[in-house]
Amino acid sequence: MRSNNGSNRTLKMAALGTLLFLHLPMFIIILYAFTTDESTYSFPLPGFTTKWFSVALQRQDLWQALLLSVKVASVATLAAMVLGTLAAAAVYRSNFFGRDAISFLLVLPIALPGIVTGIALRSAIGALDIPFSFWTIVIGHATFCVVTVYNNVLARFRRSSNSLIEASMDLGANAFQTFRYVVLPNIGTALLAGGMLAFALSFDEVIVTTFTAGQQTTLPVWIFSQLTRPRDRPVTNVVALFVIAITLGPIYLAQKLTADSADAGESKE
Amino acid sequence: MMLNRFSTYLYLRPKVVLALLLGPPLLYMLVVYLGSLVALLVNSFFELDGYTGLISRQFTLATYAKLFQQANLDILTRTTFMALMVTITDALIAFPLSYYMAKVASKKTKTLLYLGVMLPLWSSYLVRVYAWKLILAKEGVLSWFINLLGLNGPLDWLLSQPGIGGSSLALSPMGVYIVFCYIWLPYMILPIQAALERVPKSFEEASSDLGAKAGETFRNITFPLAMPGIIAGSIFTFSLTLGDFIVPLSLGNSKYFIGQAVYSHQGTSGNIPLAAAFTMGPVVIMIVYLLIARKMGAFDAL
Repeated sequence: MRSNNGSNRTLKMAALGTLLFLHLPMFIIILYAFTTDESTYSFPLPGFTTKWFSVALQRQDLWQALLLSVKVASVATLAAMVLGTLAAAAVYRSNFFGRDAISFLLVLPIALPGIVTGIALRSAIGALDIPFSFWTIVIGHATFCVVTVYNNVLARFRRSSNSLIEASMDLGANAFQTFRYVVLPNIGTALLAGGMLAFALSFDEVIVTTFTAGQQTTLPVWIFSQLTRPRDRPVTNVVALFVIAITLGPIYLAQKLTADSADAGESKE
Repeated sequence: MMLNRFSTYLYLRPKVVLALLLGPPLLYMLVVYLGSLVALLVNSFFELDGYTGLISRQFTLATYAKLFQQANLDILTRTTFMALMVTITDALIAFPLSYYMAKVASKKTKTLLYLGVMLPLWSSYLVRVYAWKLILAKEGVLSWFINLLGLNGPLDWLLSQPGIGGSSLALSPMGVYIVFCYIWLPYMILPIQAALERVPKSFEEASSDLGAKAGETFRNITFPLAMPGIIAGSIFTFSLTLGDFIVPLSLGNSKYFIGQAVYSHQGTSGNIPLAAAFTMGPVVIMIVYLLIARKMGAFDAL
């Protein structure tokens, strides 16, 4: 195709600019965690300090919020891994009436605005007079976590050949042995990747949570309260850095897991 | 062995296996998710009794009548307009990077760029909104930068405009617009990239061989084939903007968006019926949008 260097360079600059734009907030967060400014967001920073890290560590309310978030995300992820894998297996192995509808149903919680899921659950909770609890948060989170596991596992199923399963069965393994020794190792990394993304999704979720948590405070709910009514600016800066740091790990790993095996899958064919 | 016999039983009855596999997730989604959506729909036909402060569970259209009051209609149109602007802006910003990723970058650069788009997408949404509060603050980075360029005048002029202005970028519809565009941008980049990735190089070569200039090939071949990707991306940017209340609550002024209206009605006043009725707006808009998108092949690009 004919293309000239000038327009190629413009394209490259535009791409680079967009990429920088995407990452600008991360740099700002890293910078502000060390500011000495307590009452405004002034830039350039008036001075550098690390004292807010120890202040944040002392905060009991933060630890409790963090603990609740981790617990919710763990249970929701576990539920999503089971439900997502089952759904992916069903959709992969059989061609049944309404198969497209299943995908549609699973995508709906992330395709519809989060507030719809939130207020819908809130309506149901209100209609049935269910008290807010740990479980109301988990049930809400699981609805939108299922799809990430489902997508990852289904993609892996589609890439792996059915003959492996047939071979295992021909050689005398029963369905459970086949699942344990052939299917599970095959989908393992995809399942893990989906699970990590589900965890990250749940750990960070605030919109649905505000409708299903009642008076409970997850870490995102804590941050949200600081967004609308900033009271602890320096501590919030540190928390922001912390959240970025601990969500990046799983995401990077999940990317690695799916990317590597995708390459391996291609070279096998 | 029991297990073996059970395994054989299952092998001979694929329908049972299907039911066992599909049962739990389907049941969960039908009961919890669709059940809740039905509860939402039903609630929108109830009404909050103004005197007792309780929800009277009797069919009425009074709540929907309230939704069509001018102030509430303004909220609906304001939000839809914002969603539209954000979607168009994101498509424009996303396209060059997506194109570069799909058509120009080497395999190694592509992997890196992909990671560069994925990391912000998955890293904390709230923290990124918070970062923008720091950036857009009156005393923050952007003001400092604009000051450096000597552009205070134009900024102050923009901020003095009614409708889009405010006391600072961090407290104005303009700020909300900037942050929405930023926050949903990756959702637009990835589907466009995926769609462009699927445009065979031979198409473009054929077009070029037949005498089309680079611009003509782009306009007649590449761009139309990237359209499902743009539509897929727009589903996200549009839908996410329609339902968000974090960004306008953090950066906006007293002019409400749908999300804020839902949030405040269910919260302080406990008016779940009106909150539910408000939500039906984006639900109807999105369902229509999704159906059109499916017709146009956008789901293959997700």
